[in-house]
Amino acid sequence: MQERVKKPQFDVVGTRPVRPDGVDKVTGRAKYGADLKMAGQLVGKVLRSPHAHARIKSIDVSKALALPGVKAVVTAEDFPGQPSEFIPAGEGVVNYRDMTSNVMARAKVLYEGHAVAAVAALNEKTALAALDAIKVEYEVLPHVIDEMEAIKPGAPILHEDMITTGVTPAPTKASNIAKRVEFVLGDAAKGFGEADLIVEREFKTKAVHQGYIEPHACLASASEDGSAELWVTTQGHWVVRAYCAKLLGWEIGKIRVTSSEIGGGFGGKTVVYLEPLALALSKKTRRPVKMVMSREEVFKASGPTSGGTVKVKMGVKKDGRITAAEAEITLQAGAFQGSPVQPACMCAFANYDLENVKVVGYDVVSNRPKVAAYRAPGGPISTYGVESVVDEIAEKLGMCPIELRLKNAAKEGTRAAYGPKFGPVGLIECLEAAKESDHWKAPLGPNQGRGLAAGFWFNIGGETTVSLQLNEDGTLTLMAGTPDIGGLRASLCMMAAEELKMDVSKIRPIIADTSSLGYNFLTGGSRSTFSSGMATVEAARSIVKQACGRAAKLWDIPEEAVTFEDGMIRPAGENAGKHKPMSLSDIAKVAGKTGGAIVGYAAISAQGAAPSFGVHIADTEVDPGTGKVTVTRYTAIQDAGKAIHPSYVEGQYQGGAVQGIGWALNEEYIYGADGKLQNAGFLDYRVPVASDLPMIDTIIIEVPNPRHPYGVRGIGETPIVPPMAAIGASVRRASGVRFFELPMSPPKVLKAMKAAGKA
Amino acid sequence: MAKHHVTTTVNGDPVEYLCESEQTLLDCLRDELDLIGAKEGCSSGDCGACSVLIDGRLVCSCLVLGVEAEGKEVETIEGMAQGDELHPLQRKFLEHAALQCGICTPGVLIAAKALLAKNPDPTETQVRYWLAGNLCRCTGYDKIVRAVMDAAAEMRGA
Amino acid sequence: MRYEKPTTVEAATALLAGQGARVLAGGTDLLVQIRSRILNPDVVVDIKGIDTTRKITKDTSGYTIGAAVTGAELKEHPTLSKDWPGLVEGANLIGSTQVQGRASLGGNLCNGSPAADSVPAMIAAGAVATIAGPKGTRTLPVEDIMLAPRKLALTAGEFIVSFKIPARPAHGGDAYLRFIPRTEMDIAVVGCGVALALDAGGTCTAARVALGAVAARPLLVEDGAKALIGTKVDDAALAKLEAAAKAACKPIDDKRGTVEFRIDVAGTLAKRVAKIALERARKV
Repeated sequence: MQERVKKPQFDVVGTRPVRPDGVDKVTGRAKYGADLKMAGQLVGKVLRSPHAHARIKSIDVSKALALPGVKAVVTAEDFPGQPSEFIPAGEGVVNYRDMTSNVMARAKVLYEGHAVAAVAALNEKTALAALDAIKVEYEVLPHVIDEMEAIKPGAPILHEDMITTGVTPAPTKASNIAKRVEFVLGDAAKGFGEADLIVEREFKTKAVHQGYIEPHACLASASEDGSAELWVTTQGHWVVRAYCAKLLGWEIGKIRVTSSEIGGGFGGKTVVYLEPLALALSKKTRRPVKMVMSREEVFKASGPTSGGTVKVKMGVKKDGRITAAEAEITLQAGAFQGSPVQPACMCAFANYDLENVKVVGYDVVSNRPKVAAYRAPGGPISTYGVESVVDEIAEKLGMCPIELRLKNAAKEGTRAAYGPKFGPVGLIECLEAAKESDHWKAPLGPNQGRGLAAGFWFNIGGETTVSLQLNEDGTLTLMAGTPDIGGLRASLCMMAAEELKMDVSKIRPIIADTSSLGYNFLTGGSRSTFSSGMATVEAARSIVKQACGRAAKLWDIPEEAVTFEDGMIRPAGENAGKHKPMSLSDIAKVAGKTGGAIVGYAAISAQGAAPSFGVHIADTEVDPGTGKVTVTRYTAIQDAGKAIHPSYVEGQYQGGAVQGIGWALNEEYIYGADGKLQNAGFLDYRVPVASDLPMIDTIIIEVPNPRHPYGVRGIGETPIVPPMAAIGASVRRASGVRFFELPMSPPKVLKAMKAAGKA
Repeated sequence: MAKHHVTTTVNGDPVEYLCESEQTLLDCLRDELDLIGAKEGCSSGDCGACSVLIDGRLVCSCLVLGVEAEGKEVETIEGMAQGDELHPLQRKFLEHAALQCGICTPGVLIAAKALLAKNPDPTETQVRYWLAGNLCRCTGYDKIVRAVMDAAAEMRGA
Repeated sequence: MRYEKPTTVEAATALLAGQGARVLAGGTDLLVQIRSRILNPDVVVDIKGIDTTRKITKDTSGYTIGAAVTGAELKEHPTLSKDWPGLVEGANLIGSTQVQGRASLGGNLCNGSPAADSVPAMIAAGAVATIAGPKGTRTLPVEDIMLAPRKLALTAGEFIVSFKIPARPAHGGDAYLRFIPRTEMDIAVVGCGVALALDAGGTCTAARVALGAVAARPLLVEDGAKALIGTKVDDAALAKLEAAAKAACKPIDDKRGTVEFRIDVAGTLAKRVAKIALERARKV
């Protein structure tokens, strides 16, 4: 469709202008989920389960309702029952029965923090008093937290009707295994037969939270006429609208959802928690209802990503050629099915060009909050295991880990185990860049080690709508519908400016609400710069076409005789007549007289998303007296296809890498024997702080995606995939011990080093 | 019990508000004074998104009672730019792309301002330790640290 | 909840003698506990209106530090960091820069956590608390104040007004280190404070060793001091100190560390801290 992009071709794309939403964000003006106020608003609060697993015998809200200032209470009775069916939604599927049971427990509570009732009151104090006044009678049931415990015979069963799918013949008894998935390429048994060396290992990772700094928040206002407005921090307001309409039984067209500025999401703000409750409370009270989660609620009641158990077996020839690869991946789904086990399986060996692969995955429910997407869902977990085994193979063969990977790297034409053949991809370029980097060649100090790992993410396209309005003075208004988490508006304006040869500062973007623009799927799957960029380009080209049409009208020549060159609308050659070229601004001024407003609109389902590969290098130092691991140097290398705004591409690499560092070293959900989360706060859920880290160096590789007008690949998710294995490999060399479990926290590291005589 | 009548100064303006004993300064700024630049990320002093200065001292406004602001000088992100002129830190944050989602940015800027007032020429390590109480989950801190160092250099030169 | 800000010690003790009263100094623990509904006091008594709680004074006998003086203020004092660097470091490891702008020695101690960072440093320095109460004023060494988690040796109406830190010995040095998984923002998994004094020949004449987060209360480790006194604080003495520190630990397994880990790290830290204190003592 498009020719390969040659580098110096662009005026705006690839430069680093100040983002259009920047000033509002450095002056405190930007409005996030909790920042809107409406006249007469009430405060909504949620009563949550203190138990990991219990049957709800009764709920008595009468005392709460009797309190002065309490305006309404909702429970599961206020939400219609939903059938259990799986509906495709972007990268995953949704099940409305599970969704409605998650936002408000029905019959059973399935995890500590599960919502049981919600109240609306005049102020927070009264709302909290109302929660205390609700009497819930529970029959406490045995619980299970760990995924391997949950699949054992005799484990407490969460859902009595859950029969494992993907197994023939179908089991007759309910279990906590929701489904089994399998991907096969070639003949793994045959491949292992040809191997000179086989390494087989089992890895364990813990549940980790996205840790966005802004808690979930929304403000709902439902009118007597059945219409409603919702202000919410979300990665996808059309999706929120659809979910709320379904859970409440309301018409989609009557709900108008506006996405606030979003204070971080990383996948965690793709589902609903408070929103249907706030709408239901607003409908009951006919007043606006504002709901904001506490940090404790965020940890206990919103979705982290899975912890899991990953078994990896790989066979290799002496020369480093991998002959076979197998993995078995068991992931926690939380209380309802739907872990990212499928993408985990699909990512597992995607870095490699292999003939014989078998990957099996299990989706397992247990008494934890339902998982939500987290940056490359599933990919980091399986890749941690696979890349750690690849590192061990390199060590055992005495090969450079880069050379081993180069020998097996996925490239254009590689058939991935999950089906497709890759187009042009940049893994080899990333590995070569790693090999050439200063970092890879730099000397190391005592107790230091260096590790490297590769990572992959698919990236998606999907439904996207963009509108461009050419204003009367020649400025441009850009309306997109994918919430901007990290610089999207800047990138979209740059692509529009490139197309229209405009000064990028003349373009003002907004993220439009659901009533102002056609459907947009959410910001996820690293799709927003890719898809909204594609729609922006299409809409901009429509502006050009319309502007040329207006000039043709003015000049009284055929439309084909008008061209757009160097930012000016000109007659196409001598034969078209001598007309003074007009700028878009000139056309804009006469738009009213030549046919009305000039609006470019593109409603597309973006196709042609291309994967992004990355390679990370990590240096660590391990303190033999305490087991503490310090990251001393870090480089993230990744194929962006084309970096529209390189600063924000670097920012994605850096941010993803640091989330991965947290996952590798300190972050984890810690449960007590009582099934309760022990570290539901930023004090003991330890995300990296500034002083924990070195600068994160970046190298942007550009192997353009031929299916995008500027060569863009999604880049947001890949950066969290390699860090855990890169750090594991680095710690192995720094400490002399190889670890198979995350996080590599000091007590574990010290214990292992002592056992190995290294401490 | 009756609310406290608090008279204080916010960003140079004399202000008054009524608050209950348990209301934090953050609650008062956001709910009583409509200054929404300070954010509530944790309400336990672990994230720094609510950072403000009281009499020039950097604090988490979620860990200060509203009533304690009586007679003090409070400075929030809303007071950082002078008219149309952004503070050099604000400008450098934009130039260096030192923000992604931006929720931590007001707190980081206020904290960085307090640092540079005390130490106009901080090392990278000093910047990192000073800002350790300001969590950022988007950037990995790299561009934040660079922006603070660059702003410090510009301010020393000016 | 009522908020009171008395300006005299007498008014404060009267308020604190009532039911459900809590002292507010920096508030960095108290407000978190109120917010998370762990505490629901009837009255909060802000002691920052009382002059003596907010001042640092120095005389020949040492320093008197007000209970509500913040960590940041300790650091800014012109001579305290030179005389008792370990004490100042301990106080400045409590939370973030923001928290150091509010958190106080009195609050850190009276919050009643065995992991409080400033407490082992104060114990090592030989700090004595001045306690005001309805019956007047008394003094108590810091190591005798916390009895168990959330349990103090203070009676109804009593609160700590200030701490007396002795003058630094001629060749004296102190240090504090704590172990945390990150570099900042965590609660100590192990904390260790050491203060020692040398004679002109470099032999240790006095020492105090204190550990935090390894038992139900901060510990003064007498055997640790014995391991150092009379030695040149050489490797043999440090090995004895390590053994004494490990032997003193009675830790628990929790989300922050295991029993085994805490004991091992207590030994590692004790040695490291003693070396820093030694270096400091040699330099003055």
